Amino acid sequence: MNRRDRDEPRRQRGVSLWVFLPLAAFVALAVLLASGLGRNPEELPSELVGKPLPAFQLPSLLGERTLTPASLRDQNWKLLNVWATWCPTCYVEHPYLLELAARGIPIIGLNYKDETDAARDYLANLGNPYSEVVVDHDGQLGLDLGVYGAPETFLLNPEGRVVLRHAGDLNQRVWEEKFQPLLDQAKAGENRSGGED
Amino acid sequence: MAAEIGHLSLWVALAASLVLAIFPLIGVHRGVLAWQRYARPLAWLQWMAMTVAILALGYSFYINDFSITYVANHSNSELPLGYRLSAIWGGHEGSLLLWGWMLAGWTALVGLLSRTVPLTMVVRVLSVMGMIAVGFLAFMLFTSNPFDRALPWFVMDGADLNPLLQDPGLIVHPPMLYMGYVGFAVAFGFAVAGLLEGNLDPAWARWARPWTTVAWCFLTVGIALGSWWAYYELGWGGWWFWDPVENASLMPWLAGTALIHSLAVSEKRNLFRAWTVLLAIVTFSLSLLGTFLVRSGVLTSVHAFANDPSRGAFILAFLVVVAGGALTLFALRAGRLSGQGGFRAMSRESFLLGNNLVLLAATFVVLMGTLFPLLGEAMDIKVSIRSPYFNAFFVPLTLLLILLLVPGMMSNWKRQAGKPLVRRLLWLAPAALIGGWLGARLPGATPWPGTLALILALFLVLAHLDDVVRRALAYNRGLFAGLRKLTRSYIGMVVAHCGLAVLVAGVTVVSFHEIERDVRMSPGDVAEVGGYRFEFESLSSPVGPNYQSQKAHFLVSRDGRPVTEMNPEKRTYRASGQVMTEAAIDGRLMRDLYVALGDPRGEDAWAVRIYHKPMVRWIWLGALIMALGGALALSDRRYRKPMGGVAGEQA
Repeated sequence: MNRRDRDEPRRQRGVSLWVFLPLAAFVALAVLLASGLGRNPEELPSELVGKPLPAFQLPSLLGERTLTPASLRDQNWKLLNVWATWCPTCYVEHPYLLELAARGIPIIGLNYKDETDAARDYLANLGNPYSEVVVDHDGQLGLDLGVYGAPETFLLNPEGRVVLRHAGDLNQRVWEEKFQPLLDQAKAGENRSGGED
Repeated sequence: MAAEIGHLSLWVALAASLVLAIFPLIGVHRGVLAWQRYARPLAWLQWMAMTVAILALGYSFYINDFSITYVANHSNSELPLGYRLSAIWGGHEGSLLLWGWMLAGWTALVGLLSRTVPLTMVVRVLSVMGMIAVGFLAFMLFTSNPFDRALPWFVMDGADLNPLLQDPGLIVHPPMLYMGYVGFAVAFGFAVAGLLEGNLDPAWARWARPWTTVAWCFLTVGIALGSWWAYYELGWGGWWFWDPVENASLMPWLAGTALIHSLAVSEKRNLFRAWTVLLAIVTFSLSLLGTFLVRSGVLTSVHAFANDPSRGAFILAFLVVVAGGALTLFALRAGRLSGQGGFRAMSRESFLLGNNLVLLAATFVVLMGTLFPLLGEAMDIKVSIRSPYFNAFFVPLTLLLILLLVPGMMSNWKRQAGKPLVRRLLWLAPAALIGGWLGARLPGATPWPGTLALILALFLVLAHLDDVVRRALAYNRGLFAGLRKLTRSYIGMVVAHCGLAVLVAGVTVVSFHEIERDVRMSPGDVAEVGGYRFEFESLSSPVGPNYQSQKAHFLVSRDGRPVTEMNPEKRTYRASGQVMTEAAIDGRLMRDLYVALGDPRGEDAWAVRIYHKPMVRWIWLGALIMALGGALALSDRRYRKPMGGVAGEQA
């Protein structure tokens, strides 16, 4: 090594600090990743199970009206599906939603952080499985719901309380494993108790 | 039985890698030659054990052994044999096995092909790679064993391989990608070994360089295949989604591209050594981060099929040990790695440094965009990161990269006189300006960013042609004799850079000139898109081996002349009930026609997506040309001949 190199002393003084920089950056990154790890996206944060939807007042994609949790509630079990045109998996999931809708299962769409026009085109082109679509342009409702990405699907009971959350695409297998049993259970309960609740 | 043999082999491989990670390294520090000599055989043993393991898994798929959970979850008896075998890496556990097998393969190859590298260096590299293998094997054996059996209650028939993965493109995409990811482990091994040895001279850079280039080539091809797969399989005609998993492969590619350029400086000029080592560490760490992002469930995406937080915790811990350990070592040792000799502001070194900074900035942009959902959540900021964000940074960075690349490629090492450089650039600039401007008018009016991109792409190609001719003529033997004298590594560089130009041209034209029409059509209907006439002729319902299909038949013509027939399909897979779109694509060099079935609209009417995508193929072609450039550089004489002359050059 050429110790007599003229700019060596200057460089070495500079070096002593910046060599620790990558390590520091990495530590920050690792902390961030670890914080993300705590959350299991497949499961709902327990606070939301059994609770009603957070309050909101948002426009509808399908007409000139304002939607609130109360306006969406009726006597049916229903799905709340978080989707967006920027989400590739939503395209994959879409046909199955249409199939569910055709079977008479009410689905409310939550158009999450999306361009409204693009979203309208999407439904016009691909078909609309939703009985109503809430426009969550800024993602505030999504944030309150703890939405972690699209697609996500929530199962709401007739009182409008969250019963189940599924992150990722909804397909037949997921439906049969996670959603159908809950619906069957509820139906059995209703029949036994004569609709006590 | 095969499963037990496979399982046992994994333990053997773990034992081998554990010994490899510890004893030869101690041998180096104590100067015990006998211990050092064990490194190569141990690498071989590890590789053989992993080979037995992966063969055992393949055999289990072949005989449909559904008592193995992994086989039952990723294959069924109806699945064609090719897909049954590619299901080896169709899921989490098997992907890891493939990773581990490749890592073992790279390790064994390093042992085999570095006969002329000093033993202590080889031993250190092998040991470091052994440490990585220990992590991966422990991960596999303790959290994700592909050979776990579901006894005594196993299923009679398996679930389907995810239909998205039932595709020839996906048979080769993950192995290519993994070859790249894992290949950077060699560069990482050399970096850490160099830090331990305190020796990072030009010889060190020369040893590490071909390995890095090979890994980079594989990764390039892997990413191109992934993009191509998304294009035709997701049925949406997009070729890049800025999806976390795509980003996870792009980040090591960008950092790896910076690394191969920085290695060039380290080899030729003995400079940037700390920087090169840092890039090697960063590149491999980003490969690991990619694995972490895909497998941990930290970010969801279309590709993230297996999410499991406990696995994520293991990978994160592993990442902390590998990257954190290496970066700590770097922090302690890098201070001693001062460069030799300076360089002028106007020199190839400066331009390459600029290129490195641009590539790292691009890496950082992708990293931030990918992690922002996490960061935003931690800080309670609501910002959505989508393609506008990435494009806003990525496009200018790419153009800046080309602007630095051209003068850099033309410049001399150490110092470059300004005037001749400017003269050459000025000679080329008008040609590029006019040609690019005309080229941008050809497919229609192109907005100025697109025009600029095409001008720069053309500039890039012209500059390299100019350079090739100058260099060939410099031999004074006439053009053709001169061309034959050019080194392979130089030709490789020219080819790779032209590949970049092809890619930029493709991205630009398709982004600004693609036409996408979504129309409702019934048999008999006609749609006109991009000058082509699409006639929906008929509809049929064929049955495939494990799916049922709706197949449309389109006749495509232009100016009354038939062009092609296209048959888009909608498949319903029986085992899972998943519906898949099989787009029909008619690809030519200058344009793709793309027809996909959307959803049924009553009777026999369908929502049909018809796209005209000019030059979309240039994107993948460009990537393949880049990889070809890398391969050409690898075939350079100085890598083919035994690396004996190293000591002489060091002096």
